[in-house]
Amino acid sequence: MENLVNIFVKSIFIDNMIFAYFLGMCSYLAVSKTVKTSTGLGIAVIFVLGFTVPIDYLIQNYLLKEGALVWLSPKFADVDLSFLSFIIFIAVIASMVQLVEMIIEKFSPTLYSSLGIFLPLIAVNCAILGGSLFMQERDYNNIAEATAFGLGSGVGWFLAIVGIAAIREKIRYSNVPDPLKGLGITFIITGLMGIAFMGFMGIKL
Amino acid sequence: MSEEKEPLFSSKNLKLLTEPLNDSNPITVQVLGICSALAVTVKLKPAFVMALSVVVVMAVSNVVISLLRKTVPPRIRIIVQLVVIASMVILVDQFLKAFLFDISKQLSVFVGLIITNCIIMGRLEAFALSNKPWPAFLDGLGNAAGYGVILIIVAFFRELLGSGTIWGFQVIPEGVYNFGYENNGLMILPPMALIVVGAIIWVQRAKNKKLIESN
Repeated sequence: MENLVNIFVKSIFIDNMIFAYFLGMCSYLAVSKTVKTSTGLGIAVIFVLGFTVPIDYLIQNYLLKEGALVWLSPKFADVDLSFLSFIIFIAVIASMVQLVEMIIEKFSPTLYSSLGIFLPLIAVNCAILGGSLFMQERDYNNIAEATAFGLGSGVGWFLAIVGIAAIREKIRYSNVPDPLKGLGITFIITGLMGIAFMGFMGIKL
Repeated sequence: MSEEKEPLFSSKNLKLLTEPLNDSNPITVQVLGICSALAVTVKLKPAFVMALSVVVVMAVSNVVISLLRKTVPPRIRIIVQLVVIASMVILVDQFLKAFLFDISKQLSVFVGLIITNCIIMGRLEAFALSNKPWPAFLDGLGNAAGYGVILIIVAFFRELLGSGTIWGFQVIPEGVYNFGYENNGLMILPPMALIVVGAIIWVQRAKNKKLIESN
């Protein structure tokens, strides 16, 4: 149990998707104009990550990994399908995103229309595929750990986007040099936030 | 049918190639493809390989999608696009693993992440789906080059200031270190990539006033 909490906290703060790996930057920069829409997108990302990482974990360990097909027949012990992982992971993600889209459209049409194009774009949000690929690379021991990692990464992404949206709402009233307005200053703020987040790096969990 | 007589490098086509280098640069103006751009720019070499991989994936998948544009039903187009991109990326990934194993290790998951690089999806959606193969090819090349240029500029500064080398060769002479010069360790850390891009945007927009945003 302690282990799970560790993975969860670690993936929120130390291995934060945005500040440590720059994953999911595109939607992060484009949707973070107001706190309200970014909260919605953040929750959608937590949801999608929380489901796709464990599903991809199962697929990875029971279908793709070398020797993963042994449960079918011992003959498959040296079959290695991991080169297919990109395509399979992306297919899982695309179908999960479709599901989330339908749920949001049903329960919150306002959120649906304000997210606009960025909802289907979660499918190509690198944070999601990145989550699955990191899961594959780090070899978690069981599905609970993979779920903790997925949820933690989602929460980390959520915190980051809500944080930057709040700052951007305030900075609109400040006197930023013209060429830096909008995108430029957002990049620099993100960089500074990233440096702040690096303070967590020394923590051993 | 006047279009078919259009020369291969007419001014319109040439514009497709050059515009993304500055006025509609995918990174600094369209905000596409930031994700993978920043993590691989600590050293020049991986950044260069990454830029090349993106050029290949993007040009080929733009052409393929443009050829398929009349046969793919709009409802399933995203899945078709992802499959085309993913298969190209698998090819590139296997190629890197076979011939450039060290660099492929350094790039780790980021080669796979070319699939979700929004620049590719974005251009497929915005351009290849409604244009002929040749302009689509040029558009792919142009955008990937615009992406690559930023990647290489960022990597150049980060490697120069962060480790005092360019392409792995020491360029800051030993004597300077004896006078107390230190490599700026901060440049190697990920957040500095963002700040460097921020600075690039600043310079670019200061030169090119029409890109300035209202707030």
